[in-house]
Amino acid sequence: MSRARLGYYDPKKPQENRITDIGPPNYQQFLPPVIRKNYGKWASHRILEPGLIMHVSETGDKAYTVRVGQPRLVSVENVREMCDIADKYCGGYMRWTTRNNAEFITDSEEKAKALKKDLDSRKHSGGSYRFPTGGTGMGITAIVHTQGWFHCHTPATDASGLVKSVADALFDHFKEMKLPAKLRVSMACCLNMCGAVHCSDIALLGYHRKPPIVDDDHIGKMCEIPLVVAACPLYAIKPVTSPEGKRSVKINEEKCMFCGNCYTMCAAVPLADKEGDGVSILVGGKISSRVTHPKFSKIVVPILPNTTPRWPEVCDVVKKIVDVYAKDANKYERLGDWAARIGWERFFEKTELPFTWHLLDDYRLAYDTYRTSMQFKFTEHAWAVSRAVDGI
Amino acid sequence: MAAEGQEHLWDKEEKEHRTYNDIRIFTEEELKKAAYTEEELKAFKIKHATPQMDELEKGPWPSCFSDVKREALHRKKLGQDNLMLPVECCEDLLGQVELSYINKETHWKHGGIIGVLGYGGGVIGRYSDQQDKFPSIAHFHTVRINQPGGHFYNTDYLRGLCDICEYRGSGIMNMHGSTGDTIFLGTFTEQLEPIFFDLTHDMGGDIGGSGSNLRTPSDCLGMARCEWACFDTLDMCYDMTMSFQDELHRPAFPYKYKFKFSGCPNDCVAAIARADQSHIGTWKDDIRIDQEAVKEYVAGKIPPDGGAFAGRDWGPFDIQKEVIDLCPTQCMRWDGNKLTINNPECTRCMHCIDVMPEALRPGVDTGITLLFGAKAPILEGAQMSLVTIPFMYVKKPYDNLKEVTRKVQDWWMEEGKNRERLGECIQRFGLKTFITDVLGIPVMPQSIREPRSNPYMFFKESEVPGGWKRDIKDYRKKHPL
Repeated sequence: MSRARLGYYDPKKPQENRITDIGPPNYQQFLPPVIRKNYGKWASHRILEPGLIMHVSETGDKAYTVRVGQPRLVSVENVREMCDIADKYCGGYMRWTTRNNAEFITDSEEKAKALKKDLDSRKHSGGSYRFPTGGTGMGITAIVHTQGWFHCHTPATDASGLVKSVADALFDHFKEMKLPAKLRVSMACCLNMCGAVHCSDIALLGYHRKPPIVDDDHIGKMCEIPLVVAACPLYAIKPVTSPEGKRSVKINEEKCMFCGNCYTMCAAVPLADKEGDGVSILVGGKISSRVTHPKFSKIVVPILPNTTPRWPEVCDVVKKIVDVYAKDANKYERLGDWAARIGWERFFEKTELPFTWHLLDDYRLAYDTYRTSMQFKFTEHAWAVSRAVDGI
Repeated sequence: MAAEGQEHLWDKEEKEHRTYNDIRIFTEEELKKAAYTEEELKAFKIKHATPQMDELEKGPWPSCFSDVKREALHRKKLGQDNLMLPVECCEDLLGQVELSYINKETHWKHGGIIGVLGYGGGVIGRYSDQQDKFPSIAHFHTVRINQPGGHFYNTDYLRGLCDICEYRGSGIMNMHGSTGDTIFLGTFTEQLEPIFFDLTHDMGGDIGGSGSNLRTPSDCLGMARCEWACFDTLDMCYDMTMSFQDELHRPAFPYKYKFKFSGCPNDCVAAIARADQSHIGTWKDDIRIDQEAVKEYVAGKIPPDGGAFAGRDWGPFDIQKEVIDLCPTQCMRWDGNKLTINNPECTRCMHCIDVMPEALRPGVDTGITLLFGAKAPILEGAQMSLVTIPFMYVKKPYDNLKEVTRKVQDWWMEEGKNRERLGECIQRFGLKTFITDVLGIPVMPQSIREPRSNPYMFFKESEVPGGWKRDIKDYRKKHPL
């Protein structure tokens, strides 16, 4: 490939030798031989130990996969080290999973075990594992996440640091397989959810809590006012013109639910705020259709502060939820199925999470989430209501 | 298309394949000279004080903060002559993130519209609002590279990507972005065209989607290493990506549009939650049963769920409790000797197959279910994809699928409002419009969870005997005031 500032690109003749629309390289060339030979012929699989999966083909061939946790933000030096490992053990092939774990595939158990030992022995200068093996079976895998303060203009929290902290807190569940079902943790640093965390067992969501500040001096020049007005799903933004004729917008702050859609459309209405921003926690979502239908995650903690660098409040709540779930749920029961079985009132009781008014839906179709049945359980929450009306 | 005939450009199993050595930017000597020992790495300090970043190097989970420092040291050793972006950009990156950890607010500005000539997506503009303090990351654009299917790579190709990312960028990547792309995090505007040139010419790759276009399609690994794949996810994803290149690179849609391909209802790529158009594998014949293997599960000779529960003692496997009773349609029986499934009543949830992968397998008459409309909450609330086409055989060149896709996209481009996802557009017009008018297909109860309970139905004039034209005089003859 090219060197020097512009390489082979000649800005005077931008169309010369230009190649476009060729799409990604074909996947076939990147499949390891054992995969090619048995493509479409796989018969079954077995997890031999945490982080090591054996797939068995109808041909009798076996593929041994070693799975390692990875942060999704990696340096080229990290990737080159993985290439060295893949060259040494896997004929120069490797892959990543849909949840940011990396996988090394070999054709012998012996090689896979040696590889596993090698991977677990490598550590970063700060002491963390570089390539911890695990992430299989009934536990957690890498936490999928977004860019946060590392690379995004709309976040309400950081992604990499929060995820690192939570993954440290749940690390045993990455290494062991002792949960009632798999537990998928996801993180998105604002409501735009480029991480689409809305169907995760546990979702961490960056949330703003202060309405936008309008930059009256710049908005007229920087943004299309009608687009900013139209961006608000709650019609809380209206156009205004100052006595001097300057065009701007006014926010009805009571109506704002801090979605940030206006800021996505216009840089002159920022929401981010040191004290306002924090992390919401949602639980009980899933994607697979196994036993029960796919489910959305539900908010159980409206906001926790951005306590850098380790988010101890978030880690404590996540750990508490996982501990209670691990102890209480039936075998095969995903977190959301467990909460639905015991009842959400019992979920709040067992996890000791405060149930606050923010958890009552007041957006579109909210009525769908209201209880309209005589079937409910009595907990302290219920007695408090009875007492409030002298009913008990 | 340059990819034509280059499908095996990098294939290690073919003679004359391209290797890293053919296209490498850094020579072996240069990389050797820039090598560092673990001791050097431990002793290395970046130019900014970053106590909070340092704290995040502790603990067992792989620390990307340690990793970025490692790249900072490597850049220093490579030297500015070997790098197009400033040597210190990783140090400045950590410096700026540390500042965000103090201020608890991001320091990245709203992106500008940038990209490569002729494309309208794939590059996200990113600028620091602290350019005086951190000049080397003044521009820090993201380049999305369309990932190979199933995220399979070989090391020649990966090392090539590493070289471009380090030489013409910050040396920091995302493996992978949320939508699936291989991502170069951080480069200057002037480096975009050279990156694109090398990517297309030497790597045989292309950039991905962003903005109001088809986003980079993504897939589960499917038949490559999974016994449950009901269709060839990798092939379909590749074929659809190639067929919709124009839509991927040149934004002409109201908003983003995602294709995702999952081989079975376990849905490892989250198609049902995230894709405007979700392709999920299914079957329409009987679940295959190996009765002998079922007995081995019952006898405790094979661990349930492929051994996924091994970390805890759950007691002996109980097929009645763990499989039969958990079946959502109660369509299975175990008489102590034989497992039977009332297949027409099965809704293919995968549970029994997941529990006993060595005894049960999906049927062999396979295809896809096509679902539409999923999205994250912005703006009308989160939606999952709805069952639209219950079953479709899908064989190369996937003409039937492409025809449906074009119909849907054409309608949405015509009717969709700015930043309205397909699922929201369907909701605004009503499912019946989407099914009967747009797709022109019959309606079916499989598309709903239950019939509507609110009775405000529309009827078409043509459905009502005598039509809607009536004369008030005729009415008054019968009903005087």
